[in-house]
Amino acid sequence: MPGCNCRQRHSTPAWSDTKVLPINTQPHNDNLLEIRDLHFSRGGRPVFRGLNVSIPRGGITAIMGPSGTGKTTLLKLIGGQLRPERGQILVDGIDVHRQGLSDLYQLRRRMGMLFQSGALLTDLSVFENVAFPLREHYALPEPLLRTLVLMKLESVGLRGARDLMPSELSGGMARRVALARAIALDPMMIMYDEPFTGLDPITMGVIVSLIKRLNDALGLTSILVSHDVQEASSIADQLFLISDGVVVDSGTPEALGRTTSEWSRQFLEGLPDGPVPFHYPAPDYLADLTEAR
Amino acid sequence: MLGGLQKLGHWGLGVLERLGRGHLFLFRVLMSLGTAVTRPRLVIKELYSVGVLSLLIIAVSGLFVGMVLGYQGYITLVNFGAEEALGSVVALSLVRELGPVITALLFAGRAGSALSAEIGLMKTTEQLSGMEMMAVDPVKRVILPRFVAAFISLPLLAAIFSAVAVMGGYFIGVGLLGVDGGSYWSQMQANVDFYEDVMNGIIKSLVFGFVVAWIAVFEGYDTVPTSEGVSRSTTRTVVHSALAVLALDFILTGLMFGDI
Repeated sequence: MPGCNCRQRHSTPAWSDTKVLPINTQPHNDNLLEIRDLHFSRGGRPVFRGLNVSIPRGGITAIMGPSGTGKTTLLKLIGGQLRPERGQILVDGIDVHRQGLSDLYQLRRRMGMLFQSGALLTDLSVFENVAFPLREHYALPEPLLRTLVLMKLESVGLRGARDLMPSELSGGMARRVALARAIALDPMMIMYDEPFTGLDPITMGVIVSLIKRLNDALGLTSILVSHDVQEASSIADQLFLISDGVVVDSGTPEALGRTTSEWSRQFLEGLPDGPVPFHYPAPDYLADLTEAR
Repeated sequence: MLGGLQKLGHWGLGVLERLGRGHLFLFRVLMSLGTAVTRPRLVIKELYSVGVLSLLIIAVSGLFVGMVLGYQGYITLVNFGAEEALGSVVALSLVRELGPVITALLFAGRAGSALSAEIGLMKTTEQLSGMEMMAVDPVKRVILPRFVAAFISLPLLAAIFSAVAVMGGYFIGVGLLGVDGGSYWSQMQANVDFYEDVMNGIIKSLVFGFVVAWIAVFEGYDTVPTSEGVSRSTTRTVVHSALAVLALDFILTGLMFGDI
């Protein structure tokens, strides 16, 4: 229900669609998201090879790994935009990839997503972008819709920018508008795709604090994929490090700070060489140089 | 030799796969047609950008095509002392062939390419993915209104093209070359049959509208999400639409006016 900051959904209001949300037939547990034995390949290259992840309700979970490890792909799999070859993804007990299109769309109403680019609709103003999901799903009276949109924009500090067009926004502002839009339907979870990439330190600080504040205030479950160790560690309750298609390490930021895994240490401390080699596999250097002579 | 055959087979499979994807996509669009009825505002908005904004190029082209037809028709007919038949020659050429075909080609270049580029860019900038994640079906919200608007616009633009071209032929034939104005209109009235000529022209433009709209929205939706991908989709829209229109025109002409 728009405007409601509580975690449980109330009875369907008169102005909402009559269609009911998919029923959770699984036993209720503390994990909002469960990924079991996930296998996925792209262009013949395996991206995930038996990935297992459990994400509890209510916290912030960061999924981290080097570029190209399939972090964004994982979010698309969770959102049902891609299909795995094997394995299961359960969101609130609902198997995402066993839903029909209509049920999948119902489930997505409860999942917000912040894209790296913001993905704002370029022909709509800031106000209309945030109003977009509300207009599409609910026949709200215009004054109520206006109030809701202004509340969402106020929560990201951009109420004053309501009349701007996306082309007039900075990268950080566009991401904040996208965040306001992502929470417009009061989802149970939000997925953030590289939310800190390409931002200046001040804007990055704003986004970090917004993710934390919104998660706590709205009782959300936040999943963020990122390779920014400092920022993600500062707000995450739990970290998963993925590489080569599997989880290589997981735990609280404090626990991972004490990890003995060489790979994890290299990633978390940003070491240029280690288990992930500096050099791309190549033939012998000297032989390569002298080959043409 | 074997490599060449392999490449040919690979290309053939790629074409078949794309054709299959295109038909499945069309099926999805047609299954969503109800949205165009329940949300007519979306279609009306697109009718403006697809149809109204194409009016100028269609009207100007129609005027010049009509004037050229007037000239060429007069030069040929005057040799046989039949210049009074200019009105029927101009009108028959336009309503049967030139109106639907040239309008479809211009429409593919002006509106079809714009549709592909717009949808392709929306895909590249993740706007379509964003809609999906907001539980909004982009086929219903973005594709369908554009498809319907293009399908409706083309026959109307073809009618305007033909009307303006008939006037262009009149300006040249009657205004400049001295053909009798009464003969121009009366010959046209006597020789152009509503069902045989006008209706067949309308059917042609409806078919062209459907095909051009389908190609344009599919190319946009199926684009590779890069700047090069959008460029290729836009080019493919114009090339494939032009080829499809010309080939279909041949088939339809054979069915309507020939003995096939």
